[in-house]
Amino acid sequence: MRSALRAFVVKEMRHILRDRQTLTVLLAMPLVQVVLFGYALRSDVRNIRVAVVDASPDVETTALRDRFRATNRFRVVGSTSTLASVEPMFRQGKADMALVFEPGFAENLASETPAKVLLAIDASDPNTGTTTEAYARAVIQQYENDLTERRGAVRIKTETRMRFNPTLESVNLFVPGLIALVLTLVSALMTAISLSREKERGTLEVLLVSPLRPWQVIVGKVLPYLVLAFANAVTALFAAWLIFQVPIRGSVTLLLAQSMLYAIVSLSLGVLIASVTSSQRTAMFGALLGTMLPSTLLSGMIFPITSMPRPLQLLSNIIPARWFIVIARGIMLKGVGLEHLWKETLVLSVMTAVLMVASIRSFKPRIA
Amino acid sequence: MTAAAAAEKPKAIAARDLTRKFGDFVAVDHITFDVGVGEVFGFLGANGAGKTTAIKMLIGLLAPTGGEARVAGFDVARQTEAIRRNIGYMSQRFSLYEDLTVNENISLYGGIYGLSDKQIAERGERMRKSLDLPNELVGRLPLGWKQKLAFSVALLHEPQIVFLDEPTGGVDPITRRQFWELIYAAAARGTTVFVTTHYMDEAEYCDRISIMVDGRIAALGTPAELKRQWNARSVDDVFVRLARPAGVEEGKK
Repeated sequence: MRSALRAFVVKEMRHILRDRQTLTVLLAMPLVQVVLFGYALRSDVRNIRVAVVDASPDVETTALRDRFRATNRFRVVGSTSTLASVEPMFRQGKADMALVFEPGFAENLASETPAKVLLAIDASDPNTGTTTEAYARAVIQQYENDLTERRGAVRIKTETRMRFNPTLESVNLFVPGLIALVLTLVSALMTAISLSREKERGTLEVLLVSPLRPWQVIVGKVLPYLVLAFANAVTALFAAWLIFQVPIRGSVTLLLAQSMLYAIVSLSLGVLIASVTSSQRTAMFGALLGTMLPSTLLSGMIFPITSMPRPLQLLSNIIPARWFIVIARGIMLKGVGLEHLWKETLVLSVMTAVLMVASIRSFKPRIA
Repeated sequence: MTAAAAAEKPKAIAARDLTRKFGDFVAVDHITFDVGVGEVFGFLGANGAGKTTAIKMLIGLLAPTGGEARVAGFDVARQTEAIRRNIGYMSQRFSLYEDLTVNENISLYGGIYGLSDKQIAERGERMRKSLDLPNELVGRLPLGWKQKLAFSVALLHEPQIVFLDEPTGGVDPITRRQFWELIYAAAARGTTVFVTTHYMDEAEYCDRISIMVDGRIAALGTPAELKRQWNARSVDDVFVRLARPAGVEEGKK
């Protein structure tokens, strides 16, 4: 029966290779996604307009203000002496942040008393606000460090260090999610489409009347897409590294192995979706709704899970992408190995087992 | 099966009170018939009479809810694996892959049925020659050729019995004629042919026919016998007389 499986896999590969358009789209997709997400959908903030409130300008405040000016994120759009006069600028949307120095900033800095700076930030978009705050703190802290180095005196220290992602490049955070997305698309969506197409065209019936066993049909369907998924994972990682210098601090082998584990989960899901739907179109929408949307929205790829309402947080637990993203971020950004990721890996493995059994079960040789 | 029936010459198919219910609806109602080895057996009936359900039980796609049937000597309820190796099946819908070439389809089905590469190459070559088929993408072939190819592919592994579910639907009369020549050729080689059809002229080509009405077999015999029995000029006449009650509901399916 091994030759039967081989014949079936060969047939599947021919389907894939023959449909040049789809194949091209599938192969180019990771690249396009990385570029699109990397440039367009980045959640980091640039061009922050700063109003400086400085009642008694001195050497230090001028120097710090210049520090802000020197970054490519901040742009000083005005100087006033009272915070009240900044308020209209906020309301009219002419400033995103006010940098407020206390009077006598330089003296305080030179003495034991901490020198105070207030950051007033337009937080009507909370994400932008938080990000802005983090950038501003980084600039101030850098200045503080430089001063400390030069004069040896210890100043006020506001801890704003961003672990693992010091430059706050959001691209680093979503590339793992992106790999999940691409793998979901290729694995779940394409398998669901390809299997339901056989159902719709009646070829599945003939396969089921043949000595080919249901698991062989499923394995034959899944195997070629696994190869494609692997190529996609490699492309996405390579593109992310080449274009955005996204690091892979941990083991590349482990990352690819985990990607394949995740691809198998998605493939099983695709088979399951195709088994319970009756047409290609339904299967496609089923796959989009059942895998793509949750993988994008509930996985923590874009929106942090911790800021979701409780029911959604619970729901996110059954979404494979949620676990894969933790794994991929761990390996890529923190450089950790399996010893820290075994729990997530276990969850994915259990999901694989359950979905595999469910999909083979639901894929009965006897169709009504 | 009774001892007397078993002692008769070998049966390719033997159905005894084969029944399939869907809830309260009885799709196939205690049908009993035999098909001899090498016979061309026509399985007729209006749409919705239960033909497809009956075929699905015989080829192991649907479990019977009552009665029993043996195909190639194997029980349809318990020995579906063995049955699958010994039958060929051509479904109502065209079942080859249109985005694969003729040869690729042949090697797929050859491989699935466990033929060696050499056997596949030989039989494929013979088949293409006798059908005069180019090795094109199947999607580019005219419908008549596709049907003939599908039939030949169903016979590739030289099954004892081949099931054809409305094989000539939508095909022009000349191709239908050629198709039946292929069926005769297969029967002459000893293959049992179980065929459902809508075309009553085709029924005349069969060795024996059965006519299903509302899930039951209303008539069974050679075309000549049935015409004599119902005092009709053609099988078509017999069919119309028998099938009228079910024919009213035609078109659902």
